[in-house]
Amino acid sequence: MKLSDKPLSAKEIAAGIKNKTFSATEIVRNSLSRIDKLDGDIHAFLAVTGDQALLRAKEIDEMVSKGEDPGILAGVPIGIKDNICTRKVATTCGSKILNEWKPPYDATVIEKLRSQGAIVVGKTNMDEFAMGSSTEHSAFGPTRNPHNINCVPGGSSGGSAASVASGMVPLALGSDTGGSIRQPAAFCGVVGLKPTYGLVSRYGLVAFASSLDQIGPFSRNVEDSVLLSNAIMGHDPLDSTSLDIETPPIKIDIDKGVKGLRIGIISEFLEGISPEISKAIELACKYLEEGGGQIESCSVPSVRQSLSAYYLIAPAEASSNLARFDGVRFGMRVDGKNAEEMMVNTRTAGFGNEVKRRIMLGTYALSAGYYDAYYGSAQKLRTLVIRDFKSAYQKFDVLLSPTTPTTAFEIGAKVDDPLTMYLSDVCTIPTNLAGHPAISVPFGHDSKGLPIGLQVLAPALKDNLTLRVAKYLESAVEKANV
Amino acid sequence: MNNENLITEKDVAHVAALARLHLTTKEIADFTTQLRSILEHGRDITALDLAGIPPTSGPIPLENVFREDVAGSCIDKSEVLSQAPGHQEGQFLVPPLLDGSE
Repeated sequence: MKLSDKPLSAKEIAAGIKNKTFSATEIVRNSLSRIDKLDGDIHAFLAVTGDQALLRAKEIDEMVSKGEDPGILAGVPIGIKDNICTRKVATTCGSKILNEWKPPYDATVIEKLRSQGAIVVGKTNMDEFAMGSSTEHSAFGPTRNPHNINCVPGGSSGGSAASVASGMVPLALGSDTGGSIRQPAAFCGVVGLKPTYGLVSRYGLVAFASSLDQIGPFSRNVEDSVLLSNAIMGHDPLDSTSLDIETPPIKIDIDKGVKGLRIGIISEFLEGISPEISKAIELACKYLEEGGGQIESCSVPSVRQSLSAYYLIAPAEASSNLARFDGVRFGMRVDGKNAEEMMVNTRTAGFGNEVKRRIMLGTYALSAGYYDAYYGSAQKLRTLVIRDFKSAYQKFDVLLSPTTPTTAFEIGAKVDDPLTMYLSDVCTIPTNLAGHPAISVPFGHDSKGLPIGLQVLAPALKDNLTLRVAKYLESAVEKANV
Repeated sequence: MNNENLITEKDVAHVAALARLHLTTKEIADFTTQLRSILEHGRDITALDLAGIPPTSGPIPLENVFREDVAGSCIDKSEVLSQAPGHQEGQFLVPPLLDGSE
């Protein structure tokens, strides 16, 4: 059969392969040719693993012809953020310092994807070590927004977001430390979920800030987000922060709508946002009310200081995590007359400016004499954020906010002004500090045609509620456009 | 605002040395300006009364996680070493730890 031009969803692909409407080989060829056609302009991928993907597709096709079930993602092409380890396939973290390092093991999520029939077609571009909000801090050049190639795709998982938005792949994995899934999802007009901390194994995710990092799915619709979530969630003994609980499949109630749900609009995040995003929130409230949701304004006071706390906590953890890049065990080495000089030379040549900036900031925040004033205060603020959310969730089932204060900005606009760049994560950061789930769902476009994303937040382990409200908003937008 | 508490070029040079990074004079100056603006933004936290608030280090209370003491499969040693900048006799090879003139 001829595959249509409109990209298929992951659900449609898996169903079509299982009932032999088309083969996994055709699907993977289609994905590879789309990458070939579009990625020269967009640069979503750092590496395309076409040969391996076609081999795997053949295996999937053989399974289907023998009547075996390849899994819930049978033959579905997927892009993997390049900070997730893939055995024998270069994993760069968008950095020169790893120098085409080929991990000797697969991340747990990669094994889970394989066991569900998904096919990795490549590694996606990112801000170096996931530090950034625009993918401009990749050592291998920026990714461009498929909606306007003069704009950034967001970051740090910009390659994953752009690969899905442009239809190169129906699914991608990203990682979210302060918004690195949701912010690029909003900028690129796709769905991005940051699951509850501990629901997805981080084994094989190169650590940035271990108390905040979480792997999560990108997709073009909410249903596919559910599909990919179900494939990757679950306890993993190899990750000591992995939650040892039964993870129920989260598809069950996403079609239930919002009737009776108490929905709080975070008032702090309505300040200083673009008027068009403000309008989108108003419209979303109208739809939610029409669906029987109870809407009310909700204050979460400490989110105001969350950005400051994050930019002390995350760099502090990063300065420790990135100490391992010392030219000894992996990646590049720049020689010196002794081991220490070699380490200094390697790190100086291998890390980009944003990574150096955060390592310095973190080292400073942890250094003697400043620890209490900076890192210590930030940790206390984190307690307040958790308390404030807890009290908000006594009144509300979910909270709603914009994902970002503006739509995608132009390439180069903020790259020399770190603080302004950091401010684009203001709405997404508190969720990471609390360890809660939150999703960004596309909700129309601004007058320049750039996507707007809305964020649905919920308490820990209520990932299904974020997906349920996102699904309702997605359907409301679809209906309104008809 | 208390100016003597702001990060100085001397602090930045010190922190760079701790982090095993070599910075040029210009980089030190640029980083000082940038880190200063980030740390100044952070003063909205210090303006709060946080006395009596306990610190939180992560979303899940941390405890030691032990696995059963049973031998499992390991990552292949030769594959690990093949990705290192230098190795010899099954170990990572590094330059001399002292000054290297001996």
